[in-house]
Amino acid sequence: MSDTKKFLYVNRKAPYGTIYALESLEVVLIGAAFEQEVALAFLDDGVFQLTKGQDTTGIGVKNFSPTFRALGDYDVNKLYVERESLEERGLSEDDLQEIMYEDEDDDWAEKPSIRIVSRAEMADIMAEQDVILSF
Amino acid sequence: MSTLHTVNKSPFETQTLLSCLNHCKDGDAVLLIEDGIYGGLAGTGLSEAIRQSASRVKIYVLNEDVKARGIPAERLMEEVTGVGYDGFVDLVTEHDRTQSWL
Amino acid sequence: MAYEVNGQVVEHDEEGYIVNLSDWSRELAEEIAKTENIEMTDEHWEVVNFLRDYYEEYQIAPAVRVLIKAIKKSMGPEKGNNKYMYELFPYGPAKQACKIAGLPKPTGCV
Repeated sequence: MSDTKKFLYVNRKAPYGTIYALESLEVVLIGAAFEQEVALAFLDDGVFQLTKGQDTTGIGVKNFSPTFRALGDYDVNKLYVERESLEERGLSEDDLQEIMYEDEDDDWAEKPSIRIVSRAEMADIMAEQDVILSF
Repeated sequence: MSTLHTVNKSPFETQTLLSCLNHCKDGDAVLLIEDGIYGGLAGTGLSEAIRQSASRVKIYVLNEDVKARGIPAERLMEEVTGVGYDGFVDLVTEHDRTQSWL
Repeated sequence: MAYEVNGQVVEHDEEGYIVNLSDWSRELAEEIAKTENIEMTDEHWEVVNFLRDYYEEYQIAPAVRVLIKAIKKSMGPEKGNNKYMYELFPYGPAKQACKIAGLPKPTGCV
């Protein structure tokens, strides 16, 4: 049996109204040191975390959206975003920031980390995990 | 392989319970705790939607949270099963993973 | 707790990380380095500047393994390795270099 487990971080909250989104991202960064198989899921209001053009200078809190683009350096390169959650909020993939990673096994080719999945696919992804951490 | 989902928010305040039910696989269980237990009430605007989900997933409520909120057992939907803290622990061990819907 | 540079007082926490990132200056970096017993050379500055650029772009101080990997990619394997980095910053490249660069303690460092 392999000692690597599949971890899924489930993000369902918008970024700045509560501390959940930032806490989730910090736990992901810390957890990345343990070399497990890590993926992130964004559904419901969680999809708002990935919108491009965030600028928090006026509200006096840190804009952590650029940090998602560092996740590739931490070998976290699966960001599943639920299509139905986007559509219900009037969003499409074009409203999200571009997040790329370099594929070590493919001569460091740049590839997108964001994968848009249906609600049914999201349910399947959740059902495949060893551990689910919710935020 | 199955999942125990816990929901701790009232479905009249957030979409959490509906989102949870939308992501359940057949054979999963949903345990309503804290304010989540209001999702187990019969005769509400949401009862029908929740009852439909109950045909593919088992729905439980935590008795202590129901009692604390002054909800008599007969006000809960027939499809909902009450469990105590020991039953909560059993549910956790019977499923492969637990997902908390916050 | 504070550093003093050119008559200016710059507050820091109990571990020596400055409280307001905007207080940082090259002179302050030299001052922090002194308290860490580090003599700043061009090689030290290269890493400190790299960290500041990384923070500017991603808003985080990277974990040490991520820093070394990123340095390797940007400056080559002769610099992007543990030995080189620990020679420059003996008490931990991420911790010491971040402190000198005026960044928060790297996420994941305890």
